Amino acid sequence: MCTVRGLVKTYPAARGRRGAPATPAVRASDGIDLDVVRGEVFGLLGPNGAGKSTLVRQLTGLLRPDEGRVRVLGHDLVRHPERAARLLGYLGQDSTALDELTVSLAAETTARLRGLDTRAARAERDAVIEELGLGELAGRPLKKLSGGQRRLACVAAALVGERPLLVLDEPTTGMDPVARRAVWAAVDRRRAERGVTVLLVTHNVIEAETVLDRVAVLDRGRVIACDTPTGLKALVADEVRLELVWRAEPPLDVPEVADLRKAAEAARSADGVTGRRWTLRLPPEAARAAIATVTGGPAFAALDDFTLATPSLEDVYIALGGRAEGAEGLVKA
Amino acid sequence: MSVVPALSGASGTAGVPGVSDAPAGLSGASGARGASGVPGASDGSGTSGEAGDMPAPLAARARLLPALAAVYRAQLSRARVARIPLLFVATFQSVGIMILMRGVVDGGSEARSVVAGSSVLVVAFVALNLLAQYFGQLRASGGLDHYATLPVPPAAVVLGAAAAYASFTVPGTAVTAVMGSALFQLPMAHLWILLAVIPLSGAALAGLGAALGLLAPRQELATLCGQLGMSAALLLGVLPAARMPQVVSYARDLLPSTYGVEALARAFDGQPDWWAICADLGVCAGVAVVSLAAATWAYRRAAVR
Repeated sequence: MCTVRGLVKTYPAARGRRGAPATPAVRASDGIDLDVVRGEVFGLLGPNGAGKSTLVRQLTGLLRPDEGRVRVLGHDLVRHPERAARLLGYLGQDSTALDELTVSLAAETTARLRGLDTRAARAERDAVIEELGLGELAGRPLKKLSGGQRRLACVAAALVGERPLLVLDEPTTGMDPVARRAVWAAVDRRRAERGVTVLLVTHNVIEAETVLDRVAVLDRGRVIACDTPTGLKALVADEVRLELVWRAEPPLDVPEVADLRKAAEAARSADGVTGRRWTLRLPPEAARAAIATVTGGPAFAALDDFTLATPSLEDVYIALGGRAEGAEGLVKA
Repeated sequence: MSVVPALSGASGTAGVPGVSDAPAGLSGASGARGASGVPGASDGSGTSGEAGDMPAPLAARARLLPALAAVYRAQLSRARVARIPLLFVATFQSVGIMILMRGVVDGGSEARSVVAGSSVLVVAFVALNLLAQYFGQLRASGGLDHYATLPVPPAAVVLGAAAAYASFTVPGTAVTAVMGSALFQLPMAHLWILLAVIPLSGAALAGLGAALGLLAPRQELATLCGQLGMSAALLLGVLPAARMPQVVSYARDLLPSTYGVEALARAFDGQPDWWAICADLGVCAGVAVVSLAAATWAYRRAAVR
């Protein structure tokens, strides 16, 4: 369906200008291999600057890779980037091109530009507006809508005109749960009825767990893991996450509690001690013992709340060595 | 007292049963989705190699004229949202300049060139300046990606936008020309020539504006170029040519709007020199073809980086 081999893209170094320091060359794609199977919802997960959008822009023919191969449905998109527009529907992060149009005109114009004739374009427009529940907003310009509504209108524009592959760059940013559900229902329907494949860029780990068939975790231009969400979670299956919230000073004179604090303080970046909240990653046995300690005796009097959870994709991400904060830029070439 | 809420709070959360559930849930590791297509695909190497054998059929391309019409219509609709105040500004600016110049020039050929220059200035303001800003903004924000991932001919996007911006100038130019004629007592008999002047100089300036907007490395530079172009059209078009130094009059000859101004100024004669008007408009048309071709090339270049 979609095969990527050895994809490399380096952004050249920029000279420093007044007020803007020089930036070194950045390897935004560093030998990426991917296989997306027909009919699956495939996710790209990673922090800001991990190279997700760069990868997607190369898959959609918007950016020419320095090296490597991109094949979509049997077409070589490195050699023929112009074919991408006839194979896939793309939802970018920006809506400037549509901002001043009304929702219905944005969908209709996009359908016309996807090669549909007037009648077909209007039919598609009406169908997608109905499907996404945009009826009441149809006559309003995108500019006047809230962020989530505008995003939904952009999704409508991306969905008009049949395409076997949909590439969606953070489609549900800013949406309320109703809109979110409408988007996933629309995507799912296209997959069930026409076998549409979806390539999804996302930040949202919870969403990733519920809608994705497979995930590639990107970090610094590399795929650091690629599996089903469940498969990825199995990588850290030997640990559970325990969160303790104290209402008062925790009784550190109890040796077990003192040990827990030490363990929390030694934890990796996203965990640890923040005020009266301790987050720990423990083997299930140790977690059970810890809970027995804090739910009895003097510790229980000081305990406000505790939660115990199986690993999320976020835990996987941290366990794989991705950066939790995403503070620094991409790795230098 | 505090023990009781704490007790209910603690047991109310995931709680102890969660502990015994956790390993089972983890080792089970088979969601409905997870079980579907994974085992073959997860190791990634060559599983979808068969996709390379038969290229899938490509969806139809959008043809030039329908796509152009769709872009034109979409751009025109933007006027309602964003452009009308600017059109007023453009018109007031030109009318104001004519009123100012009334104290400086007194009839004759100078008055003709002031009215013609002010009228074409509306075209320069909208087609050159605003279009350069629009494309500059579209390029800087990544909005071009939207068009670049649709199977449209680049010419359809550029020509559609240029045509729409040229259309925006019609009311302002007509109003300015009529008011100017009244103000300076010029004959209005041949004002119909605007029907040729607006589209031809509009196309030339819109092409130039689009090319500037798409080629400028930064958005601010696109805005700056558009503003400078408009200022040039203002100074070189409105001020009577006879009073300019030699060097400046060369610059005047290089500016495409000049030929629109000249054509309109000639039409204010009682007996216009139609050949000269045709020659001026021919220059406009030539520049329009070249600048729109340049803008289309610039669009291609900007869309795929």
